[in-house]
Amino acid sequence: MSRKQLALVIDLNICVGCHACVTSCKEWNTSGWAGPLSDTDPYGADPLGVFFNRVQTFEAGEFPHTETIHFPKSCLHCEDPPCVPVCPTGASFKREEDGIVLVDYDKCIGCKYCSWNCPYGVREFDTKQGVMKKCTLCADRIYDETLSEERRKPACVLACPAGARSFGDISNPTSEVSQAIRDNAGFQIMPEMGTQPANHYLPRRKTKLVIHDDELMRADNPLLKEGELPRPQLSDPFLDDVTSW
Amino acid sequence: MKPAFSVLFLTTLIGMGQGLLIALVAGQFYFVIGSGFEQDSGDFYAKGSAVALVLLGLGLIASFFHLSHPERGMRSIMRWRTSWLSREVLLLPACMGLAALYGLIHWFDITPVLITFGNQKNLDLSMAVGFLLAGASAFLFITTGMIYACIRFIKEWATPWTVVNYTLMGLSSGFAAAAIIAALENALLRDFLAGWAALFTLAAFAAKGFTLWRNKHLPAPFSMKSAIGVHHGHIRQLSQGFMGRSFNTMEFFTHVHPEILHWMTALMLVFGFAAPSALLLAGWADRYLPALIAALPIQYLGLLAERWLFFAQGRHVQNVYYQRAS
Ligand code: SF4
Ligand code: SF4
Repeated sequence: MSRKQLALVIDLNICVGCHACVTSCKEWNTSGWAGPLSDTDPYGADPLGVFFNRVQTFEAGEFPHTETIHFPKSCLHCEDPPCVPVCPTGASFKREEDGIVLVDYDKCIGCKYCSWNCPYGVREFDTKQGVMKKCTLCADRIYDETLSEERRKPACVLACPAGARSFGDISNPTSEVSQAIRDNAGFQIMPEMGTQPANHYLPRRKTKLVIHDDELMRADNPLLKEGELPRPQLSDPFLDDVTSW
Repeated sequence: MKPAFSVLFLTTLIGMGQGLLIALVAGQFYFVIGSGFEQDSGDFYAKGSAVALVLLGLGLIASFFHLSHPERGMRSIMRWRTSWLSREVLLLPACMGLAALYGLIHWFDITPVLITFGNQKNLDLSMAVGFLLAGASAFLFITTGMIYACIRFIKEWATPWTVVNYTLMGLSSGFAAAAIIAALENALLRDFLAGWAALFTLAAFAAKGFTLWRNKHLPAPFSMKSAIGVHHGHIRQLSQGFMGRSFNTMEFFTHVHPEILHWMTALMLVFGFAAPSALLLAGWADRYLPALIAALPIQYLGLLAERWLFFAQGRHVQNVYYQRAS
């Protein structure tokens, strides 16, 4: 891995399922020059809309031994993206310079074939514009030099109140994201599909504090008396007196 | 997956058209290598090609209804190196062009001899174009099948049997159409075409039966564990993350009562295969014209049902994330 590959690393141990990334993603990407992420009937009984990022919730185990897992998912910018070669028009492509998988809305004919070739279900068709859409890793803001350096990140990363999302180049072993993956057993979802997703997840980690009895009960207090020890008398021997140097 | 009517009509119509073209070329070749010197009239081949052109053209028109930007349709030949869909888009007009050429050559009887072989048999222009046409039609079968067979995320489709089925069903309906034209034109090829139509229909029946059996015994299409990377034996979805619909809940699911699937399967097996093979056999053995003519529309209904089921029963891996709507 030598080419630059931008990606998100999402810590499932931190995500609280607040959907802040979902709403900030929608807000940023529906307001850009590429046109809105169309909604139909947004406030009605049967809403339908395009989102790049969705958070789902799963439960592992059986009551009462259960664990809730909030699971955010957007395009994983696969290193071997099956959605790209199948596109008949070349509208879907993977950028050489930073590994972002994008759709050229001016070339897409709306055949939807790419969405069938993504195992993760992260491409969404915009029925109003008639083109396929997906996460762009905020390609329109991460290089924007009018923003201050620390704001040049995807909207979802900036929005996450818990700090569960980080962004960077996973092909650079010293980057923050690479270290996070290495140090915390970061993993890819559905690795058996052979897509080599660039986005990684950090697993749920349980931190258990083990407290032994002797940590609650002082073992070096044979008289079981609490309080200050009596001050030694001046006549009492010093350490110097009992030690032969 | 959700069946799109444009695709149902596209694949069934062009399948029949390609089968018809292959039937015509096979028929011509049958006489060319035969011992006698009999051959059907150029009119018959020209009319057959015209019918095939209509079928391919209707399919092409249906395909445009599948695109939301048909005006950019030309772009879809750009990625023929990697995309089977692109290859299909290239081959379909190529087949239509060759079919038109083949028909015109027969209509105007332009048959200069190109090569004479040692056994005094000739390769004339019409036969040479015919070979090209049959090759293009056969390759078009492969591309259509591969569009679905190459999607490894739908196990029901990701098998060479998808290509075999598409080809056999196209050949069966195409030969049946050719047999009707031959019968109406009083062509010599009538028995040859009707017999092979019956044989291809039986072969398609067998292949479809095997595929149904295969798909019944597929392993689970996905695993919750690897979908979210949590190593637990008991994972269930609590929420899909939104109320209402999304592209994912619409494009990848067919929400019908299981009873309907049963009825459609019965319709497919009886109309698509059993009834037409019986009718074609009757039309071949007894030379009974009404049976021959009735076989095709009945079969076409069955093939539409087959294509609908093909989509409705394809389970995509992404469905693992939509186990629960809420
Ligand atoms: S996650 Fe899906 S859409 Fe994104 S690159 Fe991978 S296969 Fe393509
Ligand atoms: S929907 Fe658009 S991006 Fe997807 S395969 Fe078709 S043309 Fe390519």
